[in-house]
Parts: sequence; C-alpha cells; structure tokens
Amino acid sequence: MAEPGAAALTTADGMPLRAALARASRRARLRAALLVAPLLLFVLVSFVWPIGQMLLRSVNNVQFAANMPELTAWFAANPRGTPVDEAAFAALAADLRLAAASRTVGTVGTRINYELPGSRSLFTATGRAAGGLEPPYREALLALNPDWGREELWTVMRGASARYTANFYLAALDLRRDAGGGIVRVAPEQRVYVSLFLRTFALSAVITVVCLALGFPVAHLLATLPVRRANMLMILVLLPFWTSLLVRTSSWIVLLQGQGVVNNVLVALGIVDEGGRLSMMYNQTGTIVAMTHILLPFMILPLYSVMKTIPPAYARAARSLGATSWTTFRRIYLPLTVPGIGAGAMLVFILAVGYYITPALVGGASGQLISNQIAFHMQNTLNWSLAAALAALLLAAVLLLYWLYDRLVGIDNMKLG
Amino acid sequence: MAAIPSHASALERLWALTFRVICGLVLLFLIAPILVIIPLSFNAEPYFTFTERMLTLDPEGYSLRWYDNLLTFGMVAPDAPRDAGWWADAWNNATWVRAAKNSAIVGVFATVLATVLGTLAALGLARSEMPARKAVMAILVSPMIVPIIISATGVFFFYSNPGLPLPKLALDPPALRLDFDWKLAGTYLGIILAHTTLGIPFVIITVTATLTGFDRSLVRAAASLGAGPVRTFFRVQMPLILPGVISGALFAFVTSFDEVVMVLFIGAHDQQTIPRAMWNGIREQISPSILAVATVLVVVSVALLTAVELLRRRSERLRGMSPG
Amino acid sequence: MTTRTLLATSALALGLASGTAAQEITVLGWGGAYTNSQVKAFHEPFTAATGIRVISVDADNPATPIKAMVEANNVTVDVASIEYADAVRMCDEGLLEPIDPASLPPAPDGTPAVDDFLPGTLTECMAGTDVFATIYAYDTTKFAGDPPATIADFFDLQRFPGKRGVRRGAKATLEMALMGDGVPADQVYAVLGTPEGVDRAFAKLDTIKSEIVWWQAGSQPPQLLADGEVVMTIAWNGRIFNAAVGEGKPFAIVWDGQVYEPEGYAMPRGTPNKDAAMQFIAFATSTEPLARAAEWISYGPTRRSSAPLVGVFQIDGKTPMPPNLPTSPENLTNALFSSYEFWVDYDAELNERFNAWLLAN
Repeated sequence: MAEPGAAALTTADGMPLRAALARASRRARLRAALLVAPLLLFVLVSFVWPIGQMLLRSVNNVQFAANMPELTAWFAANPRGTPVDEAAFAALAADLRLAAASRTVGTVGTRINYELPGSRSLFTATGRAAGGLEPPYREALLALNPDWGREELWTVMRGASARYTANFYLAALDLRRDAGGGIVRVAPEQRVYVSLFLRTFALSAVITVVCLALGFPVAHLLATLPVRRANMLMILVLLPFWTSLLVRTSSWIVLLQGQGVVNNVLVALGIVDEGGRLSMMYNQTGTIVAMTHILLPFMILPLYSVMKTIPPAYARAARSLGATSWTTFRRIYLPLTVPGIGAGAMLVFILAVGYYITPALVGGASGQLISNQIAFHMQNTLNWSLAAALAALLLAAVLLLYWLYDRLVGIDNMKLG
Repeated sequence: MAAIPSHASALERLWALTFRVICGLVLLFLIAPILVIIPLSFNAEPYFTFTERMLTLDPEGYSLRWYDNLLTFGMVAPDAPRDAGWWADAWNNATWVRAAKNSAIVGVFATVLATVLGTLAALGLARSEMPARKAVMAILVSPMIVPIIISATGVFFFYSNPGLPLPKLALDPPALRLDFDWKLAGTYLGIILAHTTLGIPFVIITVTATLTGFDRSLVRAAASLGAGPVRTFFRVQMPLILPGVISGALFAFVTSFDEVVMVLFIGAHDQQTIPRAMWNGIREQISPSILAVATVLVVVSVALLTAVELLRRRSERLRGMSPG
Repeated sequence: MTTRTLLATSALALGLASGTAAQEITVLGWGGAYTNSQVKAFHEPFTAATGIRVISVDADNPATPIKAMVEANNVTVDVASIEYADAVRMCDEGLLEPIDPASLPPAPDGTPAVDDFLPGTLTECMAGTDVFATIYAYDTTKFAGDPPATIADFFDLQRFPGKRGVRRGAKATLEMALMGDGVPADQVYAVLGTPEGVDRAFAKLDTIKSEIVWWQAGSQPPQLLADGEVVMTIAWNGRIFNAAVGEGKPFAIVWDGQVYEPEGYAMPRGTPNKDAAMQFIAFATSTEPLARAAEWISYGPTRRSSAPLVGVFQIDGKTPMPPNLPTSPENLTNALFSSYEFWVDYDAELNERFNAWLLAN
C-alpha cells in the first residue's frame, strides 16, 4: 500500500498507484453491487414495499372523515373539551343524511363500532330515519336514540375524524381511549389480543423446547455415527423437510382425529374405551404435535452441523481425567453445542411465531395463533387497519428475533440440508 | 457413540441402549406420519383407518379408486369410454390435473426467475468488496423469515392495487401508491412473482454456501490467461457452483410447489394449484383422494431429495471437502 | 421435457384457463351438496340453453369474499349466492349491483315476478333461489333408545353426552342458544337486542363450549357426523338430508328450534360480465329451474309457481321432497324466521363479540 508521502510509485501507464488501486477497488465494489442490484430491486419492489404499504394502513384512518365531512370539519374547528353544541348535532344530522343517501352509513358505523362495540346499529338505524330529522337536531337525535348523547361516542368520533390515528395499535393491545382521551383497558370480554400474542409466544416456546428435546439426541446420533449410516438416517430427517406441509398436516389429521389411526389403535388395544377417545385434533394439542413435526428438521440440521465439528477427543480426554459420562456431557459437550442450540432454537421459534396454515387446519378454536387472527380480520371482518396493526406488532417481534439471530448466529451460517 | 466400547459398564450399556431407542422413536415420529398415508391411500373404503381386510392383506381391501378419482374429479363426462376424448377431458377439466398444471407452470417460472436473479446476487454477495453486505443479505433472506400471512397481505393489497375507483381508499397516502392500469392479483404473473420472492432466500443461501468454498484464485488465473469475465464465469465458476445452483433451484421449486397462502390471497379460481386444492379438501371434506394426492407428492419429494443429496455429494467431492 | 415443449404446454394451459373462445361467467357458491344442486338445476341447463359456460367456485360464506373483493377492487366473480340479511346489508353498503325485477321472467301463468316471489325473497340486489334452515341433526346410532327431540336437548350434556358441531359464527348460533335456554321463538330477537340477552346467549353456549367442534364450511357438519367426530351438530338442513337420504347415512334432523331464511343470487359491484350474469340470474330464478333445484337438495323454492312442480328427490328417485323442506307445516311448529332487520344492524358487532368469546379460554 502506498504511503501518503511516497508519490513516486506509479503504474506502468504513469498513473499514481494509489489512484489506480482506488479505481480498481471502486470498480470491484461497483461490479459486486451491480450483480446484486437486480435482485435487491426486485425484493424491494415486490416484497418490502408492499409490506410497508400494508403497514401504513395501521395508522390510516379515512373511513369516517371521508364520509362525514361536516362533523369532521366541526371537530377540526373545535378543540377537545368543547361542549357538543347544536352546531355539532346539525353537522352530524347532515352527514348522516348524506351517508345514508350515498350508502356509506354502514361503513361509518363499522368504523365507530371498531372502538365502541355495539354502535354500528346506532348509525344504520339513525341513517334510515335521517331523512325525517328536523331542527333542533340535538333533541331530534336524542329522541331517536339517547346513545347519541354519550360522551364516549363523541370521543371516539373525534378520534375517528383524524387523518392518522394510533388507535388501531391501542386496539391491538386491548386498550382504548376513554371519554377524556386517556388510555384504558377495554372491557374484560373484549380483551383478546394480548392473550393471543402471549399464547402465540407460549406455544412457540413449547414447540421450540419439544423440538430441542427431540432433536438433540437425534442430532448427536447422526454426528457420531459412521458417515454411511449417518447418511442413511439423515434421509429420515430430510424427507419430512422436503415433504409438502399440507401432506404432513393431513397425515396428522388422519392419525390424531377422534376416529383416527392412533385412537383406533388405543381402542383396539383396550387402553381407552370407545367413549373415551382422546381429543388430539382441532385443539392446542393438534397444533403443537403437527408444528413440532414440521419444525423438527429446522432444529436437527443446525445442531447436527455444530456437533459434527466437535472433536470426540475432548470427551475422551475428560473421561481419561476421571470425569463421569454425565459430567463430561454437562461440562464439555453441552457447552460446545450451544451455538447449534441457539441457531436451531431461534430458527424454530421465529418460524413458529408466524405460523398460519397448520393452526388454521388443525388448531380448532384454542389452537389459533396471531397469524390466524390477522387473516380473520383481513378476510372476514375486513378491519384491515387492525389487521395491519396486529401484523406490525408481529413483524416487529419477528424482526427483533431475526436481528438477534443475525447477531448471534449470522445469516451466512444458515444451512439448508 | 458409534459403537458401545467393550470397557463400558453395565449402566453405560443400558444408557446407550436407551439412547438409541429414544432416537429410534424420534425418527419414527418424523417418518411414520409420512409413511402411514401411503397404504391408506389404497384403501378400498372411504375411511382413513386400516380396515380389517387391509390388515389381513386381503387384496380386496385395497384399490386404486382414489387415484382414479384424482383423474375423474371435475371432468365433464367421467363415465365416458376411456378413449382419446376422455383423456382430453381429463387433461382440460379434471380439478387435480388442472391444479397440477398450474403448480408446474407457476413453479417452473418462479424457479427460473429466482435462480437467475439469486445466483447473480449470490456472486456479488460472495465478493469481499460488496458494500453493505450484511444489510443486503438480511433483506434478501427476509422473505423466509417474515410470517407468510404478512407477506401475503402486503402482496394482496399491492397486486390488487386498490385506489382510484373507491373514495374510501383513495385517500391512502398518495405518494406511496404505484398506480398501474392493470393488476397482478388473479393473474399467473402475480403468483409467479410472489413465489419468486419466496424462493429467493433459498437460492441465496445455497449458492453463497457453495461460493464460500470457492477458490477465487481460479478466477484470477483464468483472467490472467486472457478469459473475459463472462467466459470465466461460464467456463470456470459455473461448473463448480452448479450443484449449489441446482439445489437452490430445487428448494425454490419446492417452496413454490408447496405454497398455499399467497395463492389463497391473490390467486383467482383458474389459478388453483395443488396445495390450494388440498387446502380446500382438508378443510371441507377430507376424502381419501387427499391421501392419494399426498402419496404422489411424497414420491415427488423423495425424487427431489435424492437429486439434492446426489448434488450435495458431487459438490463436496468437487471442492475436495469430503472424500465422497 | 425440453424448453420448447415446456413453453408450448404452458402457453396451451394458459390459453385454456383464460377461456378465449366461449363466453363464461363465474358463480360463487357454498360448496358441497348445495353447489351440486345449483350445478344440476341452474348451471348445466343454462349452458345448454345459451352456450355461456358457468364456472363454479366455492366459499364458506360467499358474502365474505365478495365484500373483500369489492373493497380491494379485485372482483373475480360475476354471481354469488348469499343469505338474505347479507344481501340487504351489502346492498345498503353499495357492494352489490341492483337487480331490476322487470328483467326477471314472469310465472308460466303470466304473474309478474314481483308477485310470484314469496314475500322477502326478492330484494333490491338479490333474487331469491331458495329457503334453507339451520337445524341440528344427530347420529341415530348413538342415541338408539332416547333420541334428542328439542332444541334444549342440544345443550343438555347430561342426557346426551358427546361432542357437538357448531358453526363458527354468531348468526343462527345465538338464536338457537336462546331457544335452547327456553326463550320462545317470537321473543328471540327482542331478547337478543339487549345486552343481557346477548350475555344470556353466550352463557348458554358456555355450558357446552368444551364439547364444541367448530365448523366453517357447510359440507363439514355431515362429514363430522359421518366420521364420528361429533354425535350431534348444527347444520343446514339440505346437507343433512342429502347425506341421510342420498348416501344412506344414519342422520336424523331435529326441526324444533330451526332458524329459516331465504338466500339468493346477487352480483358484486363491478362484476366483469354483468349482462351474462344478469341473464344467468334471470334463468336460474325462473319457475322451472327453481323447482328442479328443490329436487336436488331439500331447500324450498322462492316462487309460488315453483312449489307445485317440486317432485321427488333426484338422487334416490323416490323420496317426495315437499315434506322435507324447511317451510313444510310440520317442520314449523317451533321455528324462527331469521330477522334480516336484526342482522343487518348487529352482524358486525355480534360477530366481533363472538370472535372475542371464542378466543377467550
């Protein structure tokens, strides 16, 4: 490398060596970047961008404002704390009439219903009668339904009139704003998401631990057997890995359902009687068993590749120094396998947290995970903003784990088969 | 624990035996569910359990009816004589045959795209000069890590391109919306692109793994002998990394071949793939036909696995990493 | 396979799938025996008469994907079979195309369509195809001596132990829970309109929650019964009838506490083939096809002129259909007509509550 002062060094064509080297390395960097660019661009456009765009829906809040222009204007003109006056009720009546005519009153009611359950019917019923409303509007609306006077309703409508909102994140955490705008927990019978997140993490943790318990001995066996026999057994690990997820899920349904193979064998052997067939499908048991089966190879493979590199001489040395086999395992072998345990456990946990297909097919009601709830809001309730907020929280958790994985294991060290 | 040493104590022998039994049970747990469906798919009865006649190996207890059903289900005239017209009917209309064609079309195109783009990128990523290497790698591998429901949801909105005609949604942040006058949802291209994205991490991981063992001096040697970069790539680098590329391609193919959530979200009815049809079958009426499809898919995965294993061994031999 | 043959095959397959030659429409149905009845009575005769191909696709409840399709601007079906309350609600929300009653053919005796359709089966956006009932059915081999007979028996785990199949949704489930708790049919909606009534319905469901197997698609409950996964299940009457009479399954229907409702065809707003779709709806909801459909599944026709034309069950060729329809007088002794007014307003909020209840353990 040229010293800063030594300007004398030049290339054959008279260029300073430093400049030539810098140009060469710039070219090399550019060439590498150009090779990666098409794919990076593709992934950014077809993957990162769509997800970002979807996540924006979690703060996007237009259903109310777009269809209730006058009331939105009243909220904008009068700060929080202004008493709800006749002008506000007049704006409300005008907007309801407009919304009923343009068939958007259901949309508006649905939006308010997200935060104040039971109020969609208030909007649709009032919308049908809105044509006959006469001033004074306050009395007219309260006469139709006294709920129009509820302070809480007006707080929710004010929140819904804003262009952007954080309320869907509150909803995703079982929180809401009370009449004064403070953050409180929702009614007990509506608290679902926090416990669902906890359930998702708890089930994923159980699956990870079971995978580790089942995978560790097998990985050890594979790593210590002679190559030829290990390769034979490795096929048994890799075949499930290569077999369709849906095939494996249907296998478990066939095995575990009430009239399935396992129950039939138990009944035939007299272990349980006809009425005592075990429920192992369409509940948490089904989800745990099927997901453990599906994710087990992701535990065995990283464990195996780490165990393969541990020289057997270490254990022999410990034994020759008088350690028992248990001590040897605990003090010598186990610490050496920690990188493999970390890699496998993190990968299994990350994949389990986002699982959708298997719980949807075998989970029944109690084996559902957060992904299933996101799909439910996407496809059934069409509360896309809440789906996006739940997705954002899940994504944040997964990306945090992914970052940890990269720090501890390194993406480069990910192995497939 | 290759063999139990002769000096082992009785307790150690017992433990070694127990250990092998445990391993055997775990391996059984892994493989049994896959094997159990194979005989059941030949069940003559519409049940999912072994009938008495099956257990006594009575040939009457077995039949190919569910495989036949794969061909006839969805046909216009399944009971017509099996001549050329019948086969044309099966080819064009049978639900599972159409699903297989769709899976093949989507799988092949997604694999080709993912493999070409992924291999190029892996070549760049393997160079030490690559700027922001770790960050780029993290982005490119992320489709494997991000929960599929999130990817599918994002792609669903992006490909349906909701916007202008609907006042409710037209107020989306306008700067963040790309407006095409055509949409990708409900098209083959849409599914192919979505599956390409999902297959890319596998190509990147396998090809970069092959490249870590690659000796760069070979490239420099070729260059010093006067070969251009393209010629060097095809004559020197490509033959050496080919096994990695092919197994990456197989991974990408199997990812697409097994993918159901993207198809659920963006596929129209005429883009039903095999997993999509299985999803319907499992959710609604799980008939033994599902087991027949499953058996066919197991045979396909055995073939793919064999191919990948052979490639892996060849690659290790080529790079001198294992005696083979 | 060489690259060239591969490309040729894929091009061929793409061409076939997009159907360049003949016109075609896509009809979204409920799957299983119900879709089959519509294929036999509507799709096949329509294609024979017009040459327009009908592609049949299924959903658990077609109203749900229709709403998502219209909102996401990605409409891929032309006609959908939806329940009455959903038709009214979605029409109110501008998600469906209006149907002009004048474009529907009159009865054979010349009665205009508006007078021929039963009250409530022809709405602004829906032309009724049939009246179906949500009932519960049991496996006769499981209760030989003392079979369940009333809606209360469904909730009686002491006398009738075993798993129950229940639809994963609030509609009809909550009404049946209240009737099972002793609320007379004519008071169900008054009770369900109050917060205490809703609590009461959920409390009743709580008593059997641990024994419930949830289903989503209409073809699942007969399958659950047949597989022995449940001993009794809430279901749609036609599915059970077809499995029992058509396939000889040992199923019996309990009509006590049934909830009946019309359903029909509607077009999502922005349907790609509106004219052909309207042509299909006019054909399917004319007198003769409606009567034929009722011979393929035990759902009552929606036109007065169709009723006398309904004959025997097409699958076994002998069972007369009229006594097996939800609207047959002997099946109506303790029956509830599903209130669209109620569900139009409360569908979203009660399903939200239902979903929260389901997830809570």
